[in-house]
Amino acid sequence: MLERIVISGFGGQGVMLIGRLLAYAGMIEGKKVAWIPSYGPEMRGGTANCTVLISSNEIGSPIVSHPKILIAMNQPSLDKFESNVSDDGLIILNDSLIEREVKRNDVNVIKIPADDIADKLGNSRAANMVVLGAYVEQSGIVKMDTIFKALEKVLAGRNKKLLELNKEALKQGAELVRKGKSNG
Amino acid sequence: MEEKMLMKGNEAIGEAAIRAGCHFYFGYPITPQSELTAYMAKKLLKMKDAVFVQAESEIAAINMVYGAASTGVRAMTSSSSPGISLKQEGISYIACAELPCVIVNMQRGGPGLGSIQPGQADYFQATKGGGHGDYHLIVLAPSSVQELVDLTMDAFDLADKYTNPAMILGDGLIGQMMEAVEFKERKKINLPDKEGWTLTGCKGREKKYIVPFNLDPYEMEKLNLKIQEKYNKLKEKEVRYETVNLDNADLIIVAYGIVARIAKTVMSNAKKEGINIGLIRPITLFPFPEKIIAETSEKVNKFLVVEMSMGQMVEDVKLAVNGKAEVNFYGRVGGVIPTQSEILTEIKKYLK
Repeated sequence: MLERIVISGFGGQGVMLIGRLLAYAGMIEGKKVAWIPSYGPEMRGGTANCTVLISSNEIGSPIVSHPKILIAMNQPSLDKFESNVSDDGLIILNDSLIEREVKRNDVNVIKIPADDIADKLGNSRAANMVVLGAYVEQSGIVKMDTIFKALEKVLAGRNKKLLELNKEALKQGAELVRKGKSNG
Repeated sequence: MEEKMLMKGNEAIGEAAIRAGCHFYFGYPITPQSELTAYMAKKLLKMKDAVFVQAESEIAAINMVYGAASTGVRAMTSSSSPGISLKQEGISYIACAELPCVIVNMQRGGPGLGSIQPGQADYFQATKGGGHGDYHLIVLAPSSVQELVDLTMDAFDLADKYTNPAMILGDGLIGQMMEAVEFKERKKINLPDKEGWTLTGCKGREKKYIVPFNLDPYEMEKLNLKIQEKYNKLKEKEVRYETVNLDNADLIIVAYGIVARIAKTVMSNAKKEGINIGLIRPITLFPFPEKIIAETSEKVNKFLVVEMSMGQMVEDVKLAVNGKAEVNFYGRVGGVIPTQSEILTEIKKYLK
C-alpha cells in the first residue's frame, strides 16, 4: 500500500495542517509516512501545497509527480494539479470556492461545500477539517479516531473549544461522504 | 523505547544535536535551513549553561564555533550553500587547529545566490576541503529524517574522536520534509580526553595555545602530515555505505542523500520491467566508499551516478572504478529534483 496525496489551497486555508494530521495519524497506526511542503518565496494569500505519503513499506522517493489523491481547496489548486492526478485517482474539491467542473473523466470526484459547512459551524477556518473528514471516510486510509488523536497532539496547548470545533467539522465531512455513498 | 515523533528534518538535527550534548550553537538564518536555527533558539535559550547566538554573519558564526570548540564543548553551526561558502576560511582554521565541531549544510541550488530549492552541487566543496590548504571534513550524507538524527549524533562523536570538523551534508528537501523519528538510547563509546588541549583559563597551570598556523615551514609540514594521518585512519575505519541488490545487477546506481531514495523507487519500478538495478549509497562522502565501488566494478560493467549537480561525486566513482566499468552520469541542477521516470529512461539508454 502506498497512498500519494497532494493537498493544495490558499496560504491560510490550513492545507499544511491537513497533511500533518494525515502523516501523524499514519505514524500512530504504525505506517511509514512522509510530509513534504512546497517551499519558496511564499506570501500571505499565495498558494500553498504539501505532499503526504502513507505506506506499509519503507518510502523511497518522496517526490510525487502523479498523486493518487488531490485535495483542492481552491480553484488555482485544481487548475495546477488536475492534470497530474493518476488515472483512476480521486479529486476532492472544495465546492464552496471552486466554480468549474473537473475536466477529466478518468478520475473520481467528490465535491464538498467545505466553507459553507464550516461557516455553519461558526468558523470558516475549519473548512480544511471538513475536507479531511471526507477524505478519511472515503479512503479509510486511517481511522477517524486516529485523526482525533493526531489533532489532540498537534493542537496541544490550544483551547479546547477549537479542538471540539475541528472534530465536529471532521465528522460533518465524513457524514457527507457516507450520505453520498448511501445515495449511490 | 521512546515514542516516535513526526519532525521536520531541520528540527530533527537540532534535537539530535542537543541530545548529543551540543549546547553551543551559532548561526545565521538562510532558507532552506532556518528551522534549525529557530529550533536551537527555542531550546537553548531556555537551558542553563547553554549558548545560542544569532550572529551578525555566517563568518562570525563559524568563528564563534572556533572559539567555543577551543574550550572543549560541543559546538555547531549550520547554513545553506551560499552561507557555507562564507564559512570556509573559518572551517580551514578549525581543521588546522584540530578542533572538533559540527557544521550542517542543507544544500540549495547554486552557484551564486542560486535558488532556494534543493541541490547537491556543494559536494566538491564539502569533500575536497572547501577552504584553503590540505584538509578534509568528515562528511556524512543522510537520506532520511531518522538518518539525520543518527548521523548528527555520530558526527559529534567522530569529530571528537578525530579532533576534526564534521559536516552533515543534506539538502533543502530533507531539511523541509517531515518523517517519523526516534531518539534511541545510544551505546556509550570511549572518546579521547580533551583536557590536554582545551583552553579553560590558565590560572595555576602552564599556558596552552590553539593556533591555526606555524611559521616554521618544517613544523607546519609536520602538522600537515599529522592531519593527513587522521584522514588515512578515517579511510581505514570509518567508511560507511548502504548497498542494495548488487548481485546480478545489470547496472549500478551510485547516489547519496535524497537522490538515493529516488533511486530506490527507480529500482522497484525497473524490476517490474525486468531490469535489475543495484544501488551503492555512500553514507560517508569523506571518507569515500571507494573499496566497495571498486569491488563491484569487477562484477557489474555499467554504472550510473545520479546527483543534483553537473557531475561531482561521479569523479570519485570514476577514480574508484579505475576504468574497469563504464561510468555514466545523470544530473539535474539549480534546485530541480530528478524524477524516478527520467532516471529510468536514462538507464534504458545504457542497457540497449
